[in-house]
Amino acid sequence: MVCLKQVPARDAVLRLNAAGTWIQETDINFEVNEPDIYALEEALRLKEKHGGEVVICCLGPARAQQAIKEALAKGADRALHLDDPAFQGLDAQGVALAMSRALEKEKPDLIVTGLQSDDFGYAQTGVILAELLGLPHSTIIMEIQVTGQALKVRRELEAGWFQWIEMPLPALLTIQSGINKPRYATLKGIMASKSKPIQKLTTAALGLTPADLALRQKIAKVYVPVKQTKTEFFEGSPKEIAARLVDKLKNEARVL
Amino acid sequence: MANDVLVFAEHQGGKIVRPTWEALAAGQHLAQDLGTGVSAVVLGAKVADVARELATVDVADVLAVDSPLLAEYTADGYAEALRQVVTERQPRFLVFSHTYQVRDFAPKLAAALKSSFVSDCLGYRKEGDRLIFLRQVFQGKFNADVEVGGEGPALVSFQAGSFREDSVRRGAAAVKVNAVPVTLAPEKIRTKPGERFREAKQAVDLTQAEIIVAVGRGIKAPENLELVKKLAEALGAEIGASRPICDGGWLPMDRQIGSSGQTVAPKLYVALGISGAIQHQVGMKGSRTVLAINKDKEAPIFEVSTYGVVGDLFEIVPPLIEEIKKVKTG
Repeated sequence: MVCLKQVPARDAVLRLNAAGTWIQETDINFEVNEPDIYALEEALRLKEKHGGEVVICCLGPARAQQAIKEALAKGADRALHLDDPAFQGLDAQGVALAMSRALEKEKPDLIVTGLQSDDFGYAQTGVILAELLGLPHSTIIMEIQVTGQALKVRRELEAGWFQWIEMPLPALLTIQSGINKPRYATLKGIMASKSKPIQKLTTAALGLTPADLALRQKIAKVYVPVKQTKTEFFEGSPKEIAARLVDKLKNEARVL
Repeated sequence: MANDVLVFAEHQGGKIVRPTWEALAAGQHLAQDLGTGVSAVVLGAKVADVARELATVDVADVLAVDSPLLAEYTADGYAEALRQVVTERQPRFLVFSHTYQVRDFAPKLAAALKSSFVSDCLGYRKEGDRLIFLRQVFQGKFNADVEVGGEGPALVSFQAGSFREDSVRRGAAAVKVNAVPVTLAPEKIRTKPGERFREAKQAVDLTQAEIIVAVGRGIKAPENLELVKKLAEALGAEIGASRPICDGGWLPMDRQIGSSGQTVAPKLYVALGISGAIQHQVGMKGSRTVLAINKDKEAPIFEVSTYGVVGDLFEIVPPLIEEIKKVKTG
């Protein structure tokens, strides 16, 4: 089971909405959250090695179908799409709760997620999901070994340190970016994906009430950060810029 | 006076880790603004020494949770032990530093407590009775004001550097260390951690470099690294990189700068095509002078740069190399 989400493209030029509470979602491109691509690749490799099925679990509006289709084209077998107007703007607890309801029935052996999202960046959804499902978990994983019902994973620690961790299956892992080289979808994969099932799940299907999804933390305002250091910007032709930069580096910063 | 702020003190092998001091500074700050007291909590097996060191800080008391089952960090053990401490003490805020360990168990603890966890904050401010936490969204392109609702303790973690470790107030005398008993069941700790290890000895020590030319996604293709090498040669610099470049195998891992790589503080840091996500910034923001060249004027790298050029690095770098050579030979 791979949990993934769709986020604004990395190179998208983001603008704030009129109320200053979020970004304008019209007119920008979306893509699969990059850390989740590594999680998907890990799942596909485990399937190739050990068999089984790779299922996508994605919460998001209709546009997220694009992300789901991309994952199916790369080799996932089917998808759960949690789509309901009530899911908009959920916090990590809400997303994890909705996903936990969808996954309870699936009883996957292993759940993998990216380590965090490129939009909110909470880095919480996976771990909360594990807790709600009563599963052991580990985070920021750089290598997975499966032997029978046991899991051995290499967890990244700070400053170049690592640690092997063993746990029983079923379990949940959040995957560090860079663990693998993600594949591209083939034409054959894209064709095959068209017949793969996508199950749509609403709050009603998941037995969720508005009270269940009430926000525990609310984003009151989003704004462009005020700079802490004052950057001196240089404009002009590349040659002019280069000359002035070198002058600054030599005479002001004194590093040349 | 109630002690409404509880700070989690992380340690490694009996040594308090640096981010803990920042979390303590944050906790002291928060308690002062709330007109309440602050306590520190430490978990482990035989934590008396760590607790004694924490007791030199200006806090109301230190809570020491000692259990053989906490000898090594596990998410299951730490989350359950802290859940019991929080349930008994009922603090309003539980303060963390946003370390890998905290990321591993704090969301679990929050879920178990049915509490909110505002993760990776840059700071907070007080507006009347309300506390507003500041965190980055969209990889640092925007900041967001976050309010915590609901009853019960809220968990909050602060990003490295949000509070200064040297701003921790020390106490006039050591405070009391209170042992807090917890009940843990060995079968509830499902993960078995192994020894910590390092992949290979770091071949390149960028921490001592006086000048670093660092390269990010903007370089587009590995063959373009030649240009970066030429600039580094002209400057007499070491080459560093952001994580995606090392993940992609374009440069070896020991060139990586940032939270999962090396932390550097050269006299000059040249950032080429690096957007400067916070994971990168924490590794280089101690640099004395930062020159950033990036085509995206919204790139967060410009928040920490001295000199900035919004433009195409492939156009700017070649004349820059020429000018540097002129100055150096002239």
